[in-house]
Amino acid sequence: MNSTSTSPIVRAIDVCKRFGDFDALKSVNLEVDAGEVVCIIGPSGSGKSTLLRCINQLEQIDGGAIWVNAELIGYRREGTKLYHLTDAEIARQRQCVGMVFQRFNLFPHFTALANVTEGPVQVLGEPLKQAQARGRALLAQVGLADKENAYPSELSGGQQQRVAIARGLAMRPEIMLFDEPTSALDPELVGDVLSVMKDLATSGMTMVVVTHELGFAREVADRIVFMDQGEIIEVGLARDLLSSPRQKRTQDFILAVRA
Amino acid sequence: MPPSNTDLTGVSVISAPQSALPADAYKIAHYTIVPPRHYGRILATVLILAVLAALIRAFAVGDIEWRYVGLFLTAPAIMTGLANTILLAICAMLLGAVLGVIFAVMRLSKNPVLSTVAKLYVWLFRGAPALLQLLIWFNLALIFPRIAFPGLFDLRTVDVMTPFVAGLLGLGIQQGAYTSEVVRAGLLSVDRGQYEAAQAIGMTRLRMLRRIVMPQAMRVIVPPVGNEFIGMVKLTSLASVIQYSEMLHAAQTIYYANSRVLELLIVASIWYLVIVSVLSFGQSFVERYFGRGVAAVRHGL
Repeated sequence: MNSTSTSPIVRAIDVCKRFGDFDALKSVNLEVDAGEVVCIIGPSGSGKSTLLRCINQLEQIDGGAIWVNAELIGYRREGTKLYHLTDAEIARQRQCVGMVFQRFNLFPHFTALANVTEGPVQVLGEPLKQAQARGRALLAQVGLADKENAYPSELSGGQQQRVAIARGLAMRPEIMLFDEPTSALDPELVGDVLSVMKDLATSGMTMVVVTHELGFAREVADRIVFMDQGEIIEVGLARDLLSSPRQKRTQDFILAVRA
Repeated sequence: MPPSNTDLTGVSVISAPQSALPADAYKIAHYTIVPPRHYGRILATVLILAVLAALIRAFAVGDIEWRYVGLFLTAPAIMTGLANTILLAICAMLLGAVLGVIFAVMRLSKNPVLSTVAKLYVWLFRGAPALLQLLIWFNLALIFPRIAFPGLFDLRTVDVMTPFVAGLLGLGIQQGAYTSEVVRAGLLSVDRGQYEAAQAIGMTRLRMLRRIVMPQAMRVIVPPVGNEFIGMVKLTSLASVIQYSEMLHAAQTIYYANSRVLELLIVASIWYLVIVSVLSFGQSFVERYFGRGVAAVRHGL
């Protein structure tokens, strides 16, 4: 699963996703190159979180195909047939994709450090000592060096989300997905999380961020994707799309959020 | 009287203070606070003590030779019965716990065959009385005279199905049906986000269950399972009907010989209470272990 410089980290082709009668994604196409930061914006119910969850196989797509790191996800291709991957194979594919959730989803029965080392030790089979050393470095990187022994319930929302980012990074992912990472935070805690994400973007991490923080998107994103009603309406460079959107729906959304 | 807003002046402090009131009328911080009197508690204590005294008197003057209770409390036959009761309760509960986890996971599985089998298991073994199930296992030889696996072993069922084995299977398997429902409730209590977070770091389903979901489910599972363990200790007394020499069986054997019925039943009751007390004590430690990282309501809801 070597990534070559020519192929994007994520390539989604004609992705469809239905929940019952509801079309959550209608033939979505998206490419994310290595080192690129893509922000997905759009009204609630527009399918942006669903798209993110499909990239990590938390949702199974109903049509189209997704490649992550040049590897077709969810299926094994043999000739003209596609075979479903097993649970273990899907788990292995997820290893190179880090995910940060809106509601943090830290493991409440583990300390901050144990949350970070759980993946490397249990999934990658790293020795505990080595994983802990790296875990401490990652906690320091997100500004929580002094919180390694704290349980999630003893941390603020912003601190929990930063531990969650460290937990994702511990798996040495090729790409990090952020699903509205600051939406569940008190306003004064948003800044800390965004600044950690900004540093991460500067360090060259490939990131896809579903967000309502247009300021963050303008500053950090290379490209911005605007989605509405399960479709990608407009894709553009961060500055262009926010300051001079071409589509009416994009204009309306940006005005509504700014208001 | 506890201090209240209207104590001093008859004017509620919440309403705008009247300008006529002298300034020092608000300086009440140094006043003595009189705690409320709990008349209900005092009354309840008196009543309960009275009932208790009447009960003790009834037992003291009744036809009970307390000497015999002391004499038989540590008699060798009772001790053997005690050991057998504990052995059967622990083994049957272990079997029940293992079956409970397996069938709960099967029940929640995406595989329709597994989940149907799990439903049937719960329906069947929760549906028939434990005593009846014990009798069926004990009399299994009537249906299967021999238990054999070609080339490996071939045994007569009556030799295999000792009272202990019949008791273990009968009680353990029906316990598994109850425990699987408790475990299922525990698994359902774990937030969906935990499953997703575990998957997102590349865990397989089995590892996710073992490392992330079960440890959190245990917080919900332990109190009812502790309850069921206590129930199991007492349920083992049913095995006396299939000649398993547990405690009640031992007590009965003795009182058939010496006619000290009540004395020996009291001896047995004392030991059951001792076991249950030890279990309740142990349960609180297990609960504390699985409650780590969670700020839980323990008292004063």
